[in-house]
Amino acid sequence: MAPDTTAGPAATRAVPGGAGVAGNPLGRFLRWDVLVGVLLVVVFLGGAGLSPGFATVGNLSFALGDLGEIALIALAMTMLVVAAEVDLSVASVLGLSSALVGALWDAGWAIETIIPLVVVVGAVCGLVNGLLVTRLGLPSLAVTIGTLALYRGLAYVVLGDRAVAEYPQQFTDLAVGHVPGTPIPYPVMLFVLLAAATAVLLHATGFGRSLFAMGAQEEAAYFAGVRVKRVKLILFVLSGTVAAFAGVVYTLRYGSARADNGVGLELAVIAAVLLGGVDFDGGKGTLGGVIAGVLLIGLLRNLLMLNDVSTEIQSIVTGLLLIVSVLTPRLVSAFRRRGRPPLTVPTS
Amino acid sequence: MMTSSRRLAPAAALAGLLCLGLAACGGGTTKDSASAAPSAAVSSAAPAAADPNAPIKEGLKIAFLPKAINNPYETIVDKAGIEAAAEYKGEAKEVGPSDASASSQVSYINTLTQQGQDAILIAANDANAVCGPLKQAMAKGIKVVSYDSDAAKDCRDLFINQASSEEVGRSQVKLMSELVGGKGEIAILSATANATNQNTWIEFMKDELTKPEYKDLKLVKVAYGDDDDQKSFQETQGLLQAYPGLKGIISPTTVGISAAARYISGTDYKGEVALTGLGTPNQMRQFVKDGTVEKFALWNPKDLGYLASYAAAALVSGQITGAEGETLKAGKLGERTIGKDGEIILGPPFTFDKDNIDEFDF
Repeated sequence: MAPDTTAGPAATRAVPGGAGVAGNPLGRFLRWDVLVGVLLVVVFLGGAGLSPGFATVGNLSFALGDLGEIALIALAMTMLVVAAEVDLSVASVLGLSSALVGALWDAGWAIETIIPLVVVVGAVCGLVNGLLVTRLGLPSLAVTIGTLALYRGLAYVVLGDRAVAEYPQQFTDLAVGHVPGTPIPYPVMLFVLLAAATAVLLHATGFGRSLFAMGAQEEAAYFAGVRVKRVKLILFVLSGTVAAFAGVVYTLRYGSARADNGVGLELAVIAAVLLGGVDFDGGKGTLGGVIAGVLLIGLLRNLLMLNDVSTEIQSIVTGLLLIVSVLTPRLVSAFRRRGRPPLTVPTS
Repeated sequence: MMTSSRRLAPAAALAGLLCLGLAACGGGTTKDSASAAPSAAVSSAAPAAADPNAPIKEGLKIAFLPKAINNPYETIVDKAGIEAAAEYKGEAKEVGPSDASASSQVSYINTLTQQGQDAILIAANDANAVCGPLKQAMAKGIKVVSYDSDAAKDCRDLFINQASSEEVGRSQVKLMSELVGGKGEIAILSATANATNQNTWIEFMKDELTKPEYKDLKLVKVAYGDDDDQKSFQETQGLLQAYPGLKGIISPTTVGISAAARYISGTDYKGEVALTGLGTPNQMRQFVKDGTVEKFALWNPKDLGYLASYAAAALVSGQITGAEGETLKAGKLGERTIGKDGEIILGPPFTFDKDNIDEFDF
């Protein structure tokens, strides 16, 4: 839950244009991702105090399991956004993966064959995104808006309007069941492992530092020896792979494959990433912040629902929180900059 | 400078982890092998015997979970159910998602389970996707009643069917045949492609159309408006353009029929293309009066909510257990018998036309 939060700003500082806050001992606590963590604790304690049904093992276990797919996809999305790219097609890849699972299962394929296959299809979807972005030099926002529609369309081609259910119980148990002896759902366990791996990757390796460098100043990173296109391609393939795997989890968790599974999920993922303090312009952010962001959105929603707050108010609360999360760091850094010589901001 | 292998190693590690997760599943499980395996026994201990004379408990907490909260039809059903709860001194409420998706309903089922409701009444968006969480709720002693759109049979105690699906499906074809003189191309404008109730009705419509008296009626297309006003409007437009010889549209959903009526009433198709289906009198009144729609059908949604509410209360109070043949006492509606698979039927569909529509306000 608390991956190395020092490597992020360290990497940022090494790059021209990164907001240096190291000189200020308070700076560390004023960082947005830390604030989100604090907010998360406040929501949790507040919820535990106010709602009897909230801090129960059953509820938290479900609420966490319910976040599984968003959390998994957010890991790959964090790395993309740090590198100043975005993948809006993730929910459609999830839908395509779900549709494929359904269609192949219905056609009598073995689930052990289906799962690796759809994950590979997801990787290919990501590869297509990556090639369009890196080889043709197209902006990822535009490319993935296109593939968002394309992959969702393919999902409907694959499964049509049908819903395929009745999966083998040992597999649905993997999606809804708990690690024996604990209340931790399997997908959450998987997320914890992958999150740890991602945290190391992003904050403690050269690969991770190259993402921050690319996000802050792509050209500078290129001249510093980062193979920018290759790195981006890897990120898109990872994103597609994880989204397809999340599609398998989603299908088994709900026990229902449909072409429209996960519609709109990409916005929830990006909301969590931004709420976690990752700068949409790239170059700044920590995985710990994103995990706190995912949990904050999920637990807040759960808490509001337990208190019978209507869906409209729920989405207003989430929306406001998101705006605050994007606005606050900018205001803080604008405030800091006053009375200091202006930082040299490179024009990209 | 970093070596290529150093940069790729973490990515490979991540991919490796994914593979590890996959490799954990050996063997070969297919649909056929899975269905051959004995399914886990769902039936828990035999339910306590019903006591038809048990009083309805006071202060019961029941919750209505519609397909989506902004669906006007379901608002009527749920309101009536909440009013019924006041009759037996229960506390009822309506909660639900703003989008008609199964995944958001699942979150609500969990929430209601945590709140310790006595009964959950649900109009399922996907019969299977809501099944697991409903079973968990039932395992905690919560009674589950589905209404409007059923959940899978073993995930609920009772299903309140607004009208026998067969009767609804067949009567729609009969209505349409009367309107177009038994001849011509017709289309269906449905809700979402996975809506349990609409799909069942459409199956019966198709079956009815195979009868010799309908041999000149040809079903050319089933379109889906997703219970979204704008999408239904566009689908109507699309149908009429794609099939210039279209004589009639059946829309077995209140959102679909009113959107279709709005489109047709504003075009030259008015009076040329017959429209019928399931609608509410208030939505359809102006279109019946301006001649766009001659007749349409529905049951009384208030009675549906009322019946569902009483069924939930009777279950929780032990008056019924949901077994076939038991009798449900439903306040002012009188008695209903529980049929096969825990189904209770509200009554036959009712046809509205310009002569009787003003007698109804919902």
